[in-house]
Amino acid sequence: MKKLLISTAILTGSLAAFGQVSTGNFTGNIESTFQYLNEDSIIGATQPAQKGLLNSYMNVFYTQGNFRAGMRFESYLPRIQGYPSTFDGTGLGMRYVGYANDFVDVTVGSIYEQFGSGLALRAYEDRALGYDNMLDGMRLILRPYKGITIKGVYGYQRYAFLEGRIVHSDGIVRGFDGEMHLNETFKKLTDKKLDITLGGSFVSKYQQDDNEDLILPENVGTYGGRAKLRYGKFTLDGEYMYKGQDPSQDNGYNYNPGHAAVFNFGYTQKGLGILLSAKSVDNMSYRSDRTKQLQNVLINYLPSLNKTHTYNLVASLYPYATQPVGEIAYQAEVLYTFKKGSKIGGKYGTSINANFSTAYRPMRHTAGIDPLDSTGVTYTSGLFDMSDSLYWRDINFNITKKFSRNFNMILSYYNITLNNDVATVTKEKGFIKSNIVVVELGYKFKNHQSIRAEFQTLFVNRRDSLGNETHSFKGTPVDKGDWATVVLEYTISSNLFVSVMDQYNFGNPHVDHRAHHPYLSVGYIHDATRLTVSYGRQRAGLFCVGGVCRPVPASNGLTISFTQSF
Amino acid sequence: MKKVILLFLGFTFALSSMAQETTTETHSEGVKQLPSVKLKDMEGNDVNTAELGFEGPVVISFWATWCAPCKRELNAIHELYPDWQEETGVNLVAVSIDDQKTMNSVAVYANGKAWEYLVLMDTNGDFKRAMGVNNVPHTFLIDKDGNIVYSHNNYAAGDEEKLYEEILKISTKK
Repeated sequence: MKKLLISTAILTGSLAAFGQVSTGNFTGNIESTFQYLNEDSIIGATQPAQKGLLNSYMNVFYTQGNFRAGMRFESYLPRIQGYPSTFDGTGLGMRYVGYANDFVDVTVGSIYEQFGSGLALRAYEDRALGYDNMLDGMRLILRPYKGITIKGVYGYQRYAFLEGRIVHSDGIVRGFDGEMHLNETFKKLTDKKLDITLGGSFVSKYQQDDNEDLILPENVGTYGGRAKLRYGKFTLDGEYMYKGQDPSQDNGYNYNPGHAAVFNFGYTQKGLGILLSAKSVDNMSYRSDRTKQLQNVLINYLPSLNKTHTYNLVASLYPYATQPVGEIAYQAEVLYTFKKGSKIGGKYGTSINANFSTAYRPMRHTAGIDPLDSTGVTYTSGLFDMSDSLYWRDINFNITKKFSRNFNMILSYYNITLNNDVATVTKEKGFIKSNIVVVELGYKFKNHQSIRAEFQTLFVNRRDSLGNETHSFKGTPVDKGDWATVVLEYTISSNLFVSVMDQYNFGNPHVDHRAHHPYLSVGYIHDATRLTVSYGRQRAGLFCVGGVCRPVPASNGLTISFTQSF
Repeated sequence: MKKVILLFLGFTFALSSMAQETTTETHSEGVKQLPSVKLKDMEGNDVNTAELGFEGPVVISFWATWCAPCKRELNAIHELYPDWQEETGVNLVAVSIDDQKTMNSVAVYANGKAWEYLVLMDTNGDFKRAMGVNNVPHTFLIDKDGNIVYSHNNYAAGDEEKLYEEILKISTKK
């Protein structure tokens, strides 16, 4: 390890000398977030013992001809509230060197990579989320012929960052992937209207069997294929992955195989987009350490099949996180823009968007299966074999309309049902159903200043005194009840903005908890520098990216965030 | 700790000599070249970010289908785009950082809104990392030689006018 680092240092040092002859390129970014938090018993916010919290990191990337290198220093002194406890201390969290030409691309060190749609392997990071499962090892990419890409990766996953050092996962990950774009590879197909890409992956993990009671498979493989077809305005793509026996904490140490399949069908033309998606997943949590849970050391990525919402009340109160143990999900999305000059389109065109998504528990057949026999198989389940147990349903619409050069509006409606016993976000039992309306208005003044306002309101379902669902408003609202949010954002210049937000929990069944959550932010932006200072109350919620969520506790205090790109 | 210092020294040494190099050669600080990353467009064709093949200025805008200000920015520019292209020869490349969860909605949105941009898919964030992008929207302006001459990490209504002023400065089309 030490030798590797020293040689990297020498290499970069010698590059510096090299740099004086021909120009290389440095890019990178810095992000720093500071919090000073107060105690606030009304919303359940606590003050950390240190009072002040600080997250920082800086990426530096260097490219010079075919050569590249990169590194990231990270610092958690200590981590900001809600950030995973696997981030602690200051040190080097990522570093790599690499070489690439048209034929070969090799990287040694920290690797981020995705095979196909990620069902078998995806090493990625999301700093805002506190997610980093990069592979420490080596990656080789070959492009032997037009349209053909072959990838191989080998490495240990990053599990945690403790006392400023990377802590690796217990198991090693190996993967190979090949992809061929037929229309590039075969001359005959170059000008054909039908465009075909085919691919396949094989991923394997090794972890020692350290369990005294069970005979565990030490090598677990996942493999499958994918295809992407395009014909004019139509696209169809699909990927299927099969996983061998992988007893783990997640699946209760059963010896079932797993599968994941995703299919998408799309039609797009100017002014119209349609997407239909389907997903079937069973027993597909795939980690390089079978004892880990939550978001730790996942080798694959199972995206949740639903729209990523942006308005505060829609995005962070009752979101859906993907269920790696199993789900059957469907989604439909349509976006249509009425042409400028038409009756509905008006002078600027009007867009309407409709989206529907739902997820169900897979059917698990247990007839004729003895869960205690020596096979360890506890049920059987098939592709798209769906039960009637609902996990999630989301129906939403929005209309975007520009009335004049200066004035526009977006009107949105959401109807969301969440099975909180499965995709748990709060302590509430059963289904949480919410109806949300959002009106967003934007107005641009003549002096380049502008104002934007959001009015959001959320109503949850009611239960009567017996706990049965009722449509009467006299019933007791579930969970924290109804909310209203107002956001006002005033842009003074392209460099400066002020925003005020208040989230009011006016319908909380506990009258004492009907609190306002005012939050003031001032932002200063100068080119690639951004400084935001915020003060106020924030309610507890979930922060989600790509179906991966982290709970953020309620807080009251000051947050300063600084970002810089270079 | 020793090795970290050593490594850091290596990089700072490299950085300082680089900085000198840039200033002496181009007489302007902070000018940097577009990194080369292989991405796919909406049709699945490979595109090298360092060889986009446009002649005039290029605007690179990082966005996502779940990012409201990004969509506001690209929709605002969409209305002005025919005039911009005619007057300056500018091309806009909309780099989507949507991951697997939402990447299939990219074509639905871009075509549903009738955008004329080149849309690239940065599904695993490789180009985003190489460009040092912290959060979206982040917009870069590239001159005809591939140098990044302006960037802005925000969008508020009217920012497209400031961007256009910057495009006019480097446009050679009269």
